[in-house]
Amino acid sequence: MTTMAMPRQTFTLAWRSLVQIKHNPAELLDLSIQPIMFVVLFTYVFGGAISGSTGDYLTFALPGIVVQNALFASITTGVGLNTDLTKGVFDRLRSLPIARSAPLAGRILADTVKQAWSIALILGLGIVLGFRVDNGVAGVLGAFALLLVFSLAASWIAVLVGLLASDPEKVQIFAFVVIFPLTFTSNAFVPTDTMPGWLQAWVDVNPVTILADATRGLLTGATSASLIGQSLLWAAAIAAVFAPIAIRTFRQKV
Amino acid sequence: MTDTHAILAEGLVKRFGGANARDGVDLAVRRGSVLGLLGPNGAGKTTVVRILATLLRPDAGRATIGGHDVVAEAHEARRLIGLTGQYASVDESLTGTENLILIGRLLGLPRAEARQRAAELLAEFRLSDGASKPAKAYSGGMRRRLDLAASLVGRPQVLYLDEPTTGLDPRSRNEMWDIVRGLVGDGVTVLLTTQYLEEADLLADEIVVIDHGRVIATGRPEELKGRVGGQMLAVRPMLVSDLPIVESVVARVSGATPEVCDGLVTVPASDSALLPAVVRHLDDAEVQIGELALRGASLDEVFLSLTGHPTEQQEVSV
Repeated sequence: MTTMAMPRQTFTLAWRSLVQIKHNPAELLDLSIQPIMFVVLFTYVFGGAISGSTGDYLTFALPGIVVQNALFASITTGVGLNTDLTKGVFDRLRSLPIARSAPLAGRILADTVKQAWSIALILGLGIVLGFRVDNGVAGVLGAFALLLVFSLAASWIAVLVGLLASDPEKVQIFAFVVIFPLTFTSNAFVPTDTMPGWLQAWVDVNPVTILADATRGLLTGATSASLIGQSLLWAAAIAAVFAPIAIRTFRQKV
Repeated sequence: MTDTHAILAEGLVKRFGGANARDGVDLAVRRGSVLGLLGPNGAGKTTVVRILATLLRPDAGRATIGGHDVVAEAHEARRLIGLTGQYASVDESLTGTENLILIGRLLGLPRAEARQRAAELLAEFRLSDGASKPAKAYSGGMRRRLDLAASLVGRPQVLYLDEPTTGLDPRSRNEMWDIVRGLVGDGVTVLLTTQYLEEADLLADEIVVIDHGRVIATGRPEELKGRVGGQMLAVRPMLVSDLPIVESVVARVSGATPEVCDGLVTVPASDSALLPAVVRHLDDAEVQIGELALRGASLDEVFLSLTGHPTEQQEVSV
């Protein structure tokens, strides 16, 4: 196999994942409508009650919503992988003379593109609704990069779940059972001061809180190198634990 | 051997969940021939195909495709094979054209060539109408034809068909058989697994029957049928109430245990005197005969005598 073959095959398989969206409006809904609903509902339903005004709340919560959405979106890698495995598409791909890593790499590449689209959509909508970016283009690009790196790390968990689950619905259930409480027990949507002490203790160390605060720093107010560093450390730790297990499971399974 | 044989396998063993080691499966498929792999559910047919398609490593034994070892030279083996069946599937959310272009591109065809090959195959398999529809909107027969087209993009020398017509209506099944005959005419070597004995009988040059992960019979369809003594005697009484008498008479005269199915009593007829003797005894017992025939054994009967249990189809109907 030539060295150029693997990237070409990866791009071809990424193309395939993106073309799927064209024929599957539900996926477009997941990628677009859901983030829009979160931004609009949280801002106008909770905004006044939590922050006194929708504008103040948007400034606080938009970075949190971006983080929550990125973590939820990372599950699509697991759902897609599991669908390919259970429907037999993976067997077809594996019987072809292509690089063993291309199907997984192609999927992750396509999901990163989808992830970037959702992040851009939420930030764009937020700006239309009155969210003010204080740190300019550099801040936005920094937040983008941080979120993509973190969700890429988190997608290794999704890959593992996608490989182990018996059907795509189970992957979705995992997303709800784990990611829902994980993102809500953080300061992504609500300031922590009204929470009970034991919960605050958890919220303070929850990586979602750290990532939300780091994103806030990049978009508005003071950028904190320490929070960005901690977020990247978390991403590195998640990848260091889950990537080897996922790759080993992948090799055994396929 | 590798010059004349497209597929060679020796002592293939795969253990699942602590099951005991099996004797292993030996196969030798000549270039341009069709091998029918038969066996009940769970016999190991799909496991054999998955090993030969490089999807599963054998625990013991070895196999080569066109001289390339399926484990050590998997990449080279993959260049020669095409896989179609219940497990290797197309992407349901892509159109027929997109599915075939995807495979073509992965095999290294330039964009224009991949598109051209896709159009060619869609036309050949009468899928042009569905070319721009997602595969999930296809009928069962169209789906199978697209599956088969996808495995032919790279013009494979060896084609695995894993239960290619399971669940298809008779018309689609006939179409599929014609397509397979056409491929064999073009020189493709085919390994076919099936639960339909009729399918193996019609398409296969040679049949291998496996059960519990080992080969229990090999031969041309006629040879296998000949093994059960060739002829079968079938008697159907006019009245169902006479069935027990017919059964006991046939058993006594032939000295074998007859099969009773749907009011028909059958027994291997190794002796030419059996027919007149049965008629005489039934006449003495005043049984009216509705149907009486001597005929060649069907593969179903061969299968029953080899495995000791009927095919799935029969199990369902009983």
